[in-house]
Amino acid sequence: MSGGVTLEQKAVSAKRGKRLSPMVYLLIAVGALAVLSLVRVLSGATDLTSSGTVQAALIAAVPIAMAALAGLWAERAGVINIGLEGMMVLGTFGAGYAGYQWGPWAGVAFGLVLGVVGGLLHAVATVTFGVDHIISGVAINLLAPGAALFLSKLYFADAPGGGQKQSPRIADAEKITIPGASDLLGTVEAKRWFFVSDLAGVLRGLTTEVSLLTVLAVALLVLTAWVLWRTPFGLRLRSCGEAPTAAESLGVNVYRYKYLAVVASGAFAGLGGAFLAVSSGQFRDGQTGGRGFIGLAAMIFGNWRPGGLATGATLFGYTDAMALRGSGAVHALLLLLGIALLVVAVIQYRAGHHVLSGVAAAIGVLFAWWYFTSDEVPPELVGAAPYVVTLLVLGLASQRLRVPRAIGVPYQRGQGV
Amino acid sequence: MSTESAAGGDPAPAVELSGITKRFPGVVANSDVDITVRAGTVHALVGENGAGKSTLMKILYGMQRPDDGTIAVAGEPVSFASPADAIRAGIGMVHQHFMLADNLTVLENVVLGSEPRAGVRLDFAAARARVREISDAYGLGVEPDRLVDDLGVGERQRVEILKVLYRGARTLILDEPTAVLVPQEVDELFGNLRDLKAEGLTILFISHKLDEVLAVADDITVMRRGTTVASVSPREVTARKLAELMVGSALPVPELRESTVTDRPVLAASGLTVTSADGRKVLDDVSFTIHAGEVLGIAGVEGNGQAELVEALMGIRVPSAGSVHLAGADITRLSTKRRREAGMGYIPEDRHRQGVLLEASLWENRVLGHQTRKPNARGPLLDRRGAKADTQRIVEQYDVRTPGIDVHAAALSGGNQQKLIVGREMSGNPVVLIAAHPTRGVDVGAQAAIWEHIRRARAERLAVLLISADLDELIGMSDTLAVILRGRLVADHDPSTVTPEQLGSAMTGAGRES
Amino acid sequence: MGRFSVRSVLLGLVAPVGALVFAALVCALILALTGNPPLDTVDAMATAAQRPRTLVNSLNSATQYYLAAVAVAIGFKMKLFNIGVDGQYRLAAMLSAALAGAAFMDGVPPFLRVAMTIVAAMLVGAAWSGLAALLKVTRGVSEVISTIMLNAIATYLVSYLLNPARLAENVPGSNNIGTRPITEGGQVPGIDYPGSTSKIFGLVFLAVLVGVVYWFVLSRTRFGFELKATGLSESAAVASGVSVQKMVVWSMLLSGAVAGLVGMPQLLGSSHSYSLDFPPGLGFIGIAVALLGRNHPVGMAVAALLWGFLDNAANALDVSGVPREIVLIMQGVIVLSVVVAYELVRRYRVRAEQRDVGRALGRTKTLEEVSA
Repeated sequence: MSGGVTLEQKAVSAKRGKRLSPMVYLLIAVGALAVLSLVRVLSGATDLTSSGTVQAALIAAVPIAMAALAGLWAERAGVINIGLEGMMVLGTFGAGYAGYQWGPWAGVAFGLVLGVVGGLLHAVATVTFGVDHIISGVAINLLAPGAALFLSKLYFADAPGGGQKQSPRIADAEKITIPGASDLLGTVEAKRWFFVSDLAGVLRGLTTEVSLLTVLAVALLVLTAWVLWRTPFGLRLRSCGEAPTAAESLGVNVYRYKYLAVVASGAFAGLGGAFLAVSSGQFRDGQTGGRGFIGLAAMIFGNWRPGGLATGATLFGYTDAMALRGSGAVHALLLLLGIALLVVAVIQYRAGHHVLSGVAAAIGVLFAWWYFTSDEVPPELVGAAPYVVTLLVLGLASQRLRVPRAIGVPYQRGQGV
Repeated sequence: MSTESAAGGDPAPAVELSGITKRFPGVVANSDVDITVRAGTVHALVGENGAGKSTLMKILYGMQRPDDGTIAVAGEPVSFASPADAIRAGIGMVHQHFMLADNLTVLENVVLGSEPRAGVRLDFAAARARVREISDAYGLGVEPDRLVDDLGVGERQRVEILKVLYRGARTLILDEPTAVLVPQEVDELFGNLRDLKAEGLTILFISHKLDEVLAVADDITVMRRGTTVASVSPREVTARKLAELMVGSALPVPELRESTVTDRPVLAASGLTVTSADGRKVLDDVSFTIHAGEVLGIAGVEGNGQAELVEALMGIRVPSAGSVHLAGADITRLSTKRRREAGMGYIPEDRHRQGVLLEASLWENRVLGHQTRKPNARGPLLDRRGAKADTQRIVEQYDVRTPGIDVHAAALSGGNQQKLIVGREMSGNPVVLIAAHPTRGVDVGAQAAIWEHIRRARAERLAVLLISADLDELIGMSDTLAVILRGRLVADHDPSTVTPEQLGSAMTGAGRES
Repeated sequence: MGRFSVRSVLLGLVAPVGALVFAALVCALILALTGNPPLDTVDAMATAAQRPRTLVNSLNSATQYYLAAVAVAIGFKMKLFNIGVDGQYRLAAMLSAALAGAAFMDGVPPFLRVAMTIVAAMLVGAAWSGLAALLKVTRGVSEVISTIMLNAIATYLVSYLLNPARLAENVPGSNNIGTRPITEGGQVPGIDYPGSTSKIFGLVFLAVLVGVVYWFVLSRTRFGFELKATGLSESAAVASGVSVQKMVVWSMLLSGAVAGLVGMPQLLGSSHSYSLDFPPGLGFIGIAVALLGRNHPVGMAVAALLWGFLDNAANALDVSGVPREIVLIMQGVIVLSVVVAYELVRRYRVRAEQRDVGRALGRTKTLEEVSA
C-alpha cells in the first residue's frame, strides 16, 4: 500500500469478497460467540465472556477504534497516515492540559484540536508539498512526543498532582447503566449456562457503566460510515483515494478534499488520544503505547471499512482486556486463534489456494498444540497478539483486502494524463 | 435537453480560441493558436504527436491555464480556472485514458462532482433514474449499478460519454477516442457521434488517424509544432494533402530496400501460450521463426496479445506452455538478464514504464539492461568510465539532442529518449531486436532516423520482431507480416502485395482466416 | 557542463541548511513564547559543545545513529521502507548480548568472540527483516505495515526473553534486569580522549567501514546499480533483467543485517550487557538521519554527528532550566522541513534542467539554421 515497491499482488486476480448482508453478519457473530462459549466451557476460563471483560474490552477498544477511523478517513482519500501515533500523543496531552483544569469534555475538545494541528501538518507536507506519506508520518511520530513532553514539563511540573511526565488527575466522563437490564443479565450470567450465560455476560457488559465517551465513539463510527458512503461529500472524498485525476477532471477540488480528510484524520486521532487520557484519568508520557499502530492494524484488518475496523478494534481491545485479566483466560485465546486459523485454512483450500491453506493449517495446529501442552501464556507475550493477528490476516487472507487504488501516490493538479 | 438548431441563421461559434499560447519549462506547447468551432458540427483537430493538441484541449477544459490568448464559448468570453468552470460553461471532455475510478460503480462515477442531493444526502434514486434516462435517450446501454472494474473498453468509453452528457455539456471534446477501439466499435462510436450532432451538440474530435477524420468531420483544423497551420474542409482535401499539412513536408516513407533475409533461423517460438491471472489464454499457441536479416511484422488491434508475446519472449512473463529458441538454443527457462546477455535487444512499447529511468542520468540509462556487459561492467563492478564513453558515442551516432550525458532522461523530449533507447539496444551486437511501437509518440525526424537504424541493422543480419499500430510502418518495414487476433496468429501476408485495408479486416477477424 | 555541477552542489546544500535554519527559528520562537530566552539556550549548548565529554558522547551516539541510517538507506535506495530497523536492532542486540555473555563463551579467544557476537547480531537482524521480505515477495504485504507490526512483536519478545527465568539476570544493586555481563575478553576496548572520562567506542571504525562499503556497493557495483534502478522504476528494472523479488529479499536482508550492528558499539564498548535501559528508538533516529543525509554516505555521517551533538548538548539545557525536549522538537522540525525542502528543490531542479536542455537545443537549432 505504500508508494514503495509494489510487487504484483496475487490479490488482484482474486474475486473481491462480496458484501455480506446484515443477516450473515449476525450469524457470524452468533457463531463466534458459540465457539467462545464452547472454549469457555472446555477451558473453564469464565473471564472469556464475563461482563467485566466486555466492559474492559470496550474501554480498550475505543481509542483503537478512533485511531482506526482516523486511518480510514485519511486512507480513503489516498493519504497514508502512519503519523497517527504522534497525533494521538498530541491528543493525550491536549486532554491532560484542558481536562484537569476544565473537566473531561474540555479535555476531549482540546485533544481533538491538537490532533487537528497534527493532521494539518501532515496535510501540508503530503498534499501541498507532495512529500512521501510514510516519511511525513515518521517525522510527525518523532516530533509529537517531543512536543508533548516539552509542554508537559512546562505546564504540569508545577501543577498540583502533576509531574514532569504526567498531568494532574482528570475527572472521568459520565457513565450510564441501563437499570434493571444489568441486574437481570447478571443473574443469568452467573448460571454459567452454555451460550445463554455468555450472551448475558456480553449484553451486561454493554449495558453497565458504559462511558459516554464510548457512546460518542460508536456514534462517530456510524456517522463516518454515513458521511463517507451516503453523501456527495463522502463520494468525492473516496474518489480522491481511488482516482484523483478523474475527480479533478469532474471539477472536484482534490486538494481540498485531501486536506479535509487528513485534518479529520488528525481530529479522530486526537480524539482517540483524548479518550485514552480521560478514561485512564490523566496524561502520561508514552501513554499511547503504539495504539496508533494498532488502530492502523485494525483498519487493515477491517478492509478499509467502518464495520470491519470496528470488529478489528473490538477484537484487539478484547485481547487487551484479556491480558489484564490474567494469563488463564489468555491461554484459552490460543485455542481460539488455532480454531480461527483452521477455518481460514478450510476457506483458502476451497478457494484453491492450497499452499496458503497448508500454511494456515500448520500455524493453526501450532497454536492448538501450544494450548494443549502448556498451562499459561507468558504475560509478556499477550500484548503482541494484535500485531501477530494482523500479520496473519495480511499473510493468509490478503486477497480479500481491497486497498484504495491511489493510496500513497503523490497528486499534483494538472499532472494527470 | 433543448435542441437549438444549428441551421437557424448563423449562430455564434460554439467555441472560439484565439491567440492561445502556453509555455512549459524548455518548450512552447502552444503558440498563437486560433480555432473556431461552429455549433452543431463535428470538428476535427489533427496533428502529429507533440503538435500540441492535448495541451490545447487541456486549456479548453480548464486543466491548464493559457499564458496568453482568449477563449469564447457561444460568443461569451470565458476564463477557466478549473474543469468545474469548463463544465459550467457546457464543455465536457472524454479523455484518451479513461478517467474512471474502478472501485466505484458506474452511477458513482457518473454523478461524481455534481450529485443530486436530498438534504445533505446523495439522492441515489434520482441519480439512478437520470443515468437510465440519458443512457436510453442516446442508446448508450449503460447499467448504473455495475462496478466499473467489471466493464470492457467500449463500455467504459460510453460511461465517459454519459458522464459528459449528464453534466449537460453542449460541446464534447473527444481526445483520440478511437485509439482503444476495434473498427466495429469505431463505427458504433461514429454512429453515436452523429446522433449527438443531430441533437445540436458540438463535437471536437482529436485524432491523427486521417481516414477517420475524413469520414466523420465537418471541419478540420491542422496543428503543427504547437500552432494551427490550416483550417480545411474534408471535401477539399485528401489524406495525403492533410498529412503534408501535418508535418510541413512530405511524410517520410517507411520502406525496405533489397531483401536481406537469410535461411538461418535466429528467434523461434513454438506453441507459446500465456495464461492470465484469471485463467484466460491471452496468448494462444503462437509459433513463428525469424531468420537473420529478416523483419517479422506483427499487426493487430491493441490488446490482442502483443504485449504478452513481447514479455514472454523477453522472459518478463512466464509462458504456461510452449518454447522459445534463440539461435538453436532453448531459452524458455532463462531469465530476462540471461536473454539480454545472449543478444536480445528490446525497445519497449511504453518507454517511460519499461525503457528509461527518468530520474537517472543518460549514462546510467545506457547501463540499464546492459549492466552485466562491457563496456558497462567488469565482473561485479560497474565500469563508469566505459559506460560514459559509450554513452557519448550513442549520443553522437544516434543524434540524441542533449547538452550532455549527465542530464536526467526526463529532461529530454520523447523522440530523443527513444533514440537513446534504440542506440542502447543496438549496441553490444544484438542478434535479435524486439521492437514494440518503436516510433510511437516521436516526431517525424526521429521516426525517419529510427527506421534508418532498423534498416541498417537488418542489413547486418539482425533479426527483428516489429510490432506496431501504424499499418504503413508495418507494411513498409517488414519482410514478413503476421496478424494477431485474440492471442493467436491468424494470418500471414506478403507485405509487398497486401493493402492496409486487407490487413485491417484480418485484424478484426472480418477477413477470411487463412 | 560546469554550470550543472556547481548548481547541483548549491542545490544539494540549500535544502538541509535551509531546514536547519528554519528549525532553529521555530525553536527560538517556541522558546521565546514559553519564556526561555533563546540566546541563553544557544549559549548553554555552545558551552556544552566545548566540553570534551560532550564531544566524545556525541561521536558515540553518532556511531549508532549512522549505522541505523545506513540500514534504513539500503531500503530507501530501492523505495523500500524498512521501518523495522528499530525492532531488528533491539532483538539482535538482546540475543547477541545473551550469546556473548554466556558462560561457555568465556573460553573463546577474544577476537573470535567479538566476531561471533557481531555475526550473531547481523544474522538476527537479517532474520527479523527477512520475515517482512518473505511476506512481501510471497504475499505482496507492504513492508511498511509488516515492519511496524514486527517492531511491536520484537518489543514483546525482548521483554519476554529479558526475564531472570530465561536469558537475563537481576543486575546486582538495582532493580534493573539484564543479560549476563560480557567479560573482558568479549569486549571491544574504547579509545581515550584527553579531558574526558568516557571513551570513544572502538567500534566507531566499524561504522566507518560500513559507510565505505555502502558507498562502494551503491556507486561502483552492478548490485548497487540494480538496487537504484529498482527504486527509480520497478517496471524498467524488470524489463532490464533485474529480478525485483530477489532485490527485495537481498536489500531487506542486508538492511536487517546492518540494523543488527546498531546496538554493537554500545553493547561491546560500554554497557557490556543488554538491560532494560538499553537505548530504544535508534531505528527511528536512523530514518531521520537517512532523510537528512539524503541516503548519501557522507551526508548521513554529517547528519548523524549533528543528531548526536543535539542529543548530548540537550543534557546541558536541563542545567540551565530549559526543558531539554526542545531538542526533540528541533529534530522533528528539521526532519519535516528537510523533506519538504528536498521536494521543492527536486521540483525546481527538474524544471531548471528541462529549461536548460530546451535552451541548449534551441541554440543548436539556430546554429543549424544559420549554417543551412
